[in-house]
Amino acid sequence: MTAELSIPTPTTEEDNVVHHHRRWQDYFTFSSDHKVIGIQYFVTGFIFYIIGGLLAEGIRTELATPDPDFVDPATYNSMFTMHGTIMIFLWIVPAGTGAFANYLLPLMIGARDMAFPKLNAVAFWIIPPTGLLLIASFFLGPAQAGWTSYPPLSLLTGKVGEGIWIMSLLLLGTSSILGGINFFTTILKMRVPSMSMMQMPLFCWAMLATSALMLIATPVLAGALILLSFDLLAGTSFFNPTGGGEPVVYQHMFWFYSHPAVYIMVLPFFGVISEVIPVHCRKPVFGYGAIAYSSMAISFLGLIVWAHHMFTSGTPPWLRMFFMITTMVIAVPTGIKIFGWLATMWGGKITLNTPMLFAMGFISTFVIGGITGVMLAAVPFDIHVHDTYFVVAHLHYVLFGGSVFGIYTGIYHWFPKVTGRHINDTWGKIHFVLTYIGFNVTFLPMHILGLQGMPRRIAMYAPEFQGLNQICTYGSYVLAISTVPFLVNAIWCAYKGEKAGDNPWNALTLEWQTTSPPEIENFEVLPVLTTGPYDYGDTERVEEPPKVFTNV
Amino acid sequence: MNIPSSIITLLLGIGLTLVSLWYGQNHGLMPVAASEEAAHIDGLFNAMMTISVGLFLGVQGVLIYSAIKFRRRPGELGDGAAIEGNVPLEILWTAIPAAIVLWISIYSFEIYNEMGGFDPEANGAHAMHSMPSGKGSAMAATMDASMAGMPDSSKLMAAVGVGASPANQGKPAAVNVNVLGLQYAWIFTYPDANITSGELHIPVGKEVQLNMNAQDVIHAVWIPQLRLKQDVIPGTPTELRFTSNKVGTYPLRCAELCGGYHGSMVTRMIVHTPEEYDAWIASQQQSTQAQADIVKQTIAMNPANMSAGTYLAPYAKEMGVKPEMVNHLHHDMNMSIASATK
Repeated sequence: MTAELSIPTPTTEEDNVVHHHRRWQDYFTFSSDHKVIGIQYFVTGFIFYIIGGLLAEGIRTELATPDPDFVDPATYNSMFTMHGTIMIFLWIVPAGTGAFANYLLPLMIGARDMAFPKLNAVAFWIIPPTGLLLIASFFLGPAQAGWTSYPPLSLLTGKVGEGIWIMSLLLLGTSSILGGINFFTTILKMRVPSMSMMQMPLFCWAMLATSALMLIATPVLAGALILLSFDLLAGTSFFNPTGGGEPVVYQHMFWFYSHPAVYIMVLPFFGVISEVIPVHCRKPVFGYGAIAYSSMAISFLGLIVWAHHMFTSGTPPWLRMFFMITTMVIAVPTGIKIFGWLATMWGGKITLNTPMLFAMGFISTFVIGGITGVMLAAVPFDIHVHDTYFVVAHLHYVLFGGSVFGIYTGIYHWFPKVTGRHINDTWGKIHFVLTYIGFNVTFLPMHILGLQGMPRRIAMYAPEFQGLNQICTYGSYVLAISTVPFLVNAIWCAYKGEKAGDNPWNALTLEWQTTSPPEIENFEVLPVLTTGPYDYGDTERVEEPPKVFTNV
Repeated sequence: MNIPSSIITLLLGIGLTLVSLWYGQNHGLMPVAASEEAAHIDGLFNAMMTISVGLFLGVQGVLIYSAIKFRRRPGELGDGAAIEGNVPLEILWTAIPAAIVLWISIYSFEIYNEMGGFDPEANGAHAMHSMPSGKGSAMAATMDASMAGMPDSSKLMAAVGVGASPANQGKPAAVNVNVLGLQYAWIFTYPDANITSGELHIPVGKEVQLNMNAQDVIHAVWIPQLRLKQDVIPGTPTELRFTSNKVGTYPLRCAELCGGYHGSMVTRMIVHTPEEYDAWIASQQQSTQAQADIVKQTIAMNPANMSAGTYLAPYAKEMGVKPEMVNHLHHDMNMSIASATK
């Protein structure tokens, strides 16, 4: 029993209006339409995801045996350096902030486009050439110092590859800042007049928090990289100890961006989950205000926790205690979200379709990443597991179990909106099961490896770790295979899928109130809100006492 | 049979607690603890593990329960209840995690103090003079004691890392070892015994201090059985102090990416009984002495270190010149080089 929205149905007037039709060329050229740009971001990102994934499979194949017998150790170092860089800067950040935010924000707030459409296109078009540049460095002696690129190692492992790496990250950072300006302005200034801040979909709150982080933190990374490039190319000594430089300063500057980057990568998907769960549970989101404000709290706290990556870098003790406490406190707003989502599900009418399964998978795996995150914040324990496979497990539970599950949740949820067709649910479920199993088999044993004494970023390891490493390797192959049903299903159904209609989920947010796929300027007439984004639910049922037993 | 739901919830809660407590103590995930501090860290980990298992099972339980209980049956229409929130419940699930993380923070602080994390000597002793004196008398007392009982100047360097446990603060460690990390090896020098080794040998039950330096890039000393790790940074000395209480051989690994063969930068830490340790020191000193003799002799014969005159003196007769002439040779050569460069 959902409240109606007073949006004129555009289909009746279709014949009277002259439409610009979408041409396929738009997707390959400088289009300023936010929906085209969103799809461009996603497809580009997914191509880089496949490249990064193949690198990961190479890494796991190397680690199937203790000896460095698959690739030589220097190549191995390049592989994980590239894997990390590609997955973070060319897949998760562009997919979350680029694809989802671009496609959804204007639709959700009833705008015709982003605040700065041309800037939006510029931000996207920085990415493909930069990605190619980064990958080209593979043929010129790529960077080998990890995605963190700590000096002095990064200054000693080849000028060309490291120089290209720095250049690529500067460009991708620029793209990110341009995107951030756009999202921030669009959310604050482009909402339909009837929508107050507290009526925004939660995805918009999440993106507001994310874009604030992008704007505050990214310039600091740029600063660190420029100084590093001076050390590398001009022989200065900002970070180079042989000239009296201080390598730990780089670590501070790097993590001042790169810890918030974790929230840049996961906050948009907190937003996605907050959108998806109420729709498929047919219940209002539990504690809208708490979830909205907790995004802002995470954004703020995310800026003051960076040195928890540096507990063994000789950080003074009082600083370690400060960063330990701030990091621990982030568990509180994150917990508010998770409990809010669970309470939304509680007592709902849950349709267990693919987007809902991925959303539940997200909660189930992300909670593990969150728990290990609190453990890692505890300084004495972190001293033991810092730079080990425990950290590798933790970060993949956050960035794969969180972000990538969030991406798939969003893709399955908005696929009918973007293409106008349904994606096959059975194949979607097969995809989910394979991904969930493959992911946990790959990354769960890594916790034990780290606790037992296996450092990260090594091509050769002690033979006693071989058993668990082989389990991880088999898991990673399952994970690789799990992508195939998704790709085939998505491409096939985009053209041949069953027609979905404009609002197949009966959802209330504004993007579902226009056509599927949305027309070029989104709405015929700007919509007027008559309902909140999550006003689901039978009001009569509230008074009814919950039944303890239900016979199936 | 109709059991009230509150009783079922209570039983589930008790069951969850018991499972968490049991697993928190019996996970067996940590390697052997070879020091008292390591056992304390394990205690902290066990406590966090207990809470984590409870939270993990709770969240997964609610997910699975909801998926079964609240799933949409075929042909079922309509929505769930229009519940938009519950402020007391939200306050509860804000307050409980906040209390838990606060407790873990305090617990960690205590353990970190026991490990020696707040030892002022291990955090730039020389800088302590310039700190305001209103920091508390206990700290000031430790500082004074540390200054008084500090014979060697090496401790005045700005070392960072994990220092002495509070009981040992201000006293010099029983064994001092200088550690040098370089691609891809560790070199341990014992300044008191004047020996060098590729493996770390220490006596059980005695406090050991590692004074660490890196030659090229950042490395990190990690001894999993001590739960200790400290980056070794070129240009910034760092230190680790610990007392092992278990005889045995443990791996000592580099934990900070240092290049292609980072994974092979592994050596052993051997914790000896005091007698074994003394025997090892003696044997090393002997072989070091023997080596040093050989080196000394070799150097004595090394022509590169001799002046032209000394080198040629024995041959003066054969060359048919007077020894004094040979002595002038060096001077003349310099003259001729100087004139040639003009």
